[in-house]
Amino acid sequence: MQLTAVVRKDVLLQWRSPGQRVAILAFGVTVLLLLSFAAGPNTGALRPLASGFLWLALLLSSTLALADSFQTEMEQHALEGLLLLPVSARAIYYGKALANWCQLLVLALLLVPCAVVLYDVTITRVLALSGVLVLGTAGLSAPGTLYAAMAEQAKAKQVLLPLLLFPLVVPVLLASVKATALLVTGDPMRQVGSWAALLASFDLVYWSLCGLLFNRVVEH
Amino acid sequence: MKQAAPAILVGLGTLCLLSGSYYGLFVAPPERYMGDVQRIMYIHVPTAWNALLALTWAFISALVYLVRGGRAWDARLEAGIEVGVILTALLCALGAIWARPTWGVWWDWDPRLTTSAVLLVGFVGILALRHFVDDPARRATWTAVGTVVMYIDVPIVYLSVKWWNTLHQMQSTPETVATTFHWPLRVNAFGVLILMVGLLIARARIAEARLREELTDPEDESAGASNLVPGRVL
Amino acid sequence: MIGTASLGPVGAPVVLPGGVAQVPELREAAVTATGLARRFGRRWALRHVDLRVEPGRLVMVVGRNGSGKSTLLRLIAGAIRPDRGRVLVGGHDACRDAEAVRRQTALLGHASNTYDAFTALENLTVTARLTGTPTDRDALTSVLDRVELAAYRDESVAGFSAGMRRRMAFARLLLQTDAVAPRDRSHKASVVLLDEPYAQLDWPGFRFVDDLVRSLAARGMTLLMATHLVDRGVSLCDDGIVLEQGKLRWAGPAAWLGTRSGRELLDRPEGRD
Repeated sequence: MQLTAVVRKDVLLQWRSPGQRVAILAFGVTVLLLLSFAAGPNTGALRPLASGFLWLALLLSSTLALADSFQTEMEQHALEGLLLLPVSARAIYYGKALANWCQLLVLALLLVPCAVVLYDVTITRVLALSGVLVLGTAGLSAPGTLYAAMAEQAKAKQVLLPLLLFPLVVPVLLASVKATALLVTGDPMRQVGSWAALLASFDLVYWSLCGLLFNRVVEH
Repeated sequence: MKQAAPAILVGLGTLCLLSGSYYGLFVAPPERYMGDVQRIMYIHVPTAWNALLALTWAFISALVYLVRGGRAWDARLEAGIEVGVILTALLCALGAIWARPTWGVWWDWDPRLTTSAVLLVGFVGILALRHFVDDPARRATWTAVGTVVMYIDVPIVYLSVKWWNTLHQMQSTPETVATTFHWPLRVNAFGVLILMVGLLIARARIAEARLREELTDPEDESAGASNLVPGRVL
Repeated sequence: MIGTASLGPVGAPVVLPGGVAQVPELREAAVTATGLARRFGRRWALRHVDLRVEPGRLVMVVGRNGSGKSTLLRLIAGAIRPDRGRVLVGGHDACRDAEAVRRQTALLGHASNTYDAFTALENLTVTARLTGTPTDRDALTSVLDRVELAAYRDESVAGFSAGMRRRMAFARLLLQTDAVAPRDRSHKASVVLLDEPYAQLDWPGFRFVDDLVRSLAARGMTLLMATHLVDRGVSLCDDGIVLEQGKLRWAGPAAWLGTRSGRELLDRPEGRD
């Protein structure tokens, strides 16, 4: 099946540049450190900010990962080559978006222990937290893949992707931060469900919408 | 007459705006709780409505462009986004000006104002995108895609900020004023609307003129005959 | 029609591979371009080209750099969309039935279209999976063998020279035209577009291209080949077209381009008739 072939291609591409993956992780950890420097060394003050810092670090690292995913396509015009085959642009999009989602999810799972260490938080509801990470990273990946395709083909590519992506994913950021914070500090009014629902709706809307629009972004 | 339409509309709109604002600023009685500060609503609310209207027009133009294409709709899209951005920027500024004397802070994270700020940055980003793409056809398509994606986000952003804000002490936001003060508000709303339509038409014309200059037609086709070597036409 | 070219003996019955004779009127032309035009920024790369190529014909496309050869080939392949006019491949519109056109055409472009992080074999595997051709190691190695890259099958493409990259592109082309035993005949490409196939190749490479063209012709493929090597093209192709500044300047038998008048046409720029 075409989608499987594309996903395999994208996952293998990621696997083939482990240096890049490690660098992106290191960037994420650096962001976590810098944010704590900005807020002061008092762990008591840092603890309530932990979920916010985690998602900010993830958001900033995602721009690197997303941009990288299309750089490999542009170097030798590999994407153009794919588009000459009888493959639908939609399959190319979803394959790339799914692979990016996996990458962001792994990144998130690796940043959580760093946050636990730096900000002294305790995670009890591991499954629920994983669920939030899954939904949140999905929300970053879908529009991010679409915008990364645009940015890599335009001038001033480095500023364009964050500039376009960040305002769009405000709901993802808000919902993920809130849900994570509630899971960590306690959720007396059972609000996590509503935030998760918001994330899921965003994901549903944007995974469909961006898939529909992708071929307009790569056509010549 | 048609050529002068934007100028007429701008003039008419300004007239409405001036009369409505005069009434709102000097004649209408001060609001019960907020006093004279509330008078900013006579500008703020019309700006809000029209900012959203301009961006909705941009959204519609984007959809039509994606389906039908054509220079005209790209020009309308560009106009819609620019006018929308200007009005949204004005909206945020007015919101801050209102908040300062009322709450003592410049920004109070009101859901509507916050959504406007996000919209502002989002659409400025789309204008930046336009700037960084050379090919006119690609520029138009990508702007349209970006506009559709961003616009659909608006209700989601609003909802998320609203929920986010309810966890904090909710400061009451200025709702539309009491019924006795509707008149200056309506006049101003129409004033800004007419002004905005004038600006949209003018801006779209500028965009279309620029596109026309950028996109020339291929040369006269009749030259093709003389280029073919005689006796070889099959 | 003024400015048009119709290449191929219309009216004479043609024997298809498999021995079935078919009268051409009942068959779609392989490629039909009507009023085709395309701009890049302000510059019109192709202006009002009308062209009709019958199936099985080998056409050489000649012209100066910037005359629109690559643009024409890319429009036929469905890689880019026309600004004016339309192009049909086997009756399918390149805009409306893009996927059908992409299945029927195989383009050898200027770029290598490779993932540098992958080995030669892995690059081919991607193409093979997406075109429905066999993906086992042996099948793909035999394709690489045909382009003399079998020894480098497990090496990363990043280290390949320009000539090796070109041969990778040929390997991709072979997959699309099902040089290996196809599982499904309906999926193979029947219109092959070569954009300067001899570029970046050495003398053995030239012979490879010649052999490839002849083998594709023997299988009844339609071929459009843009090349600066006029003599080689003349010896291989049936028909030729000359593009100049995006316009179709001449169309006719390829052999004529090898004559003195043909040379004069090519040497003489437009406007000095």
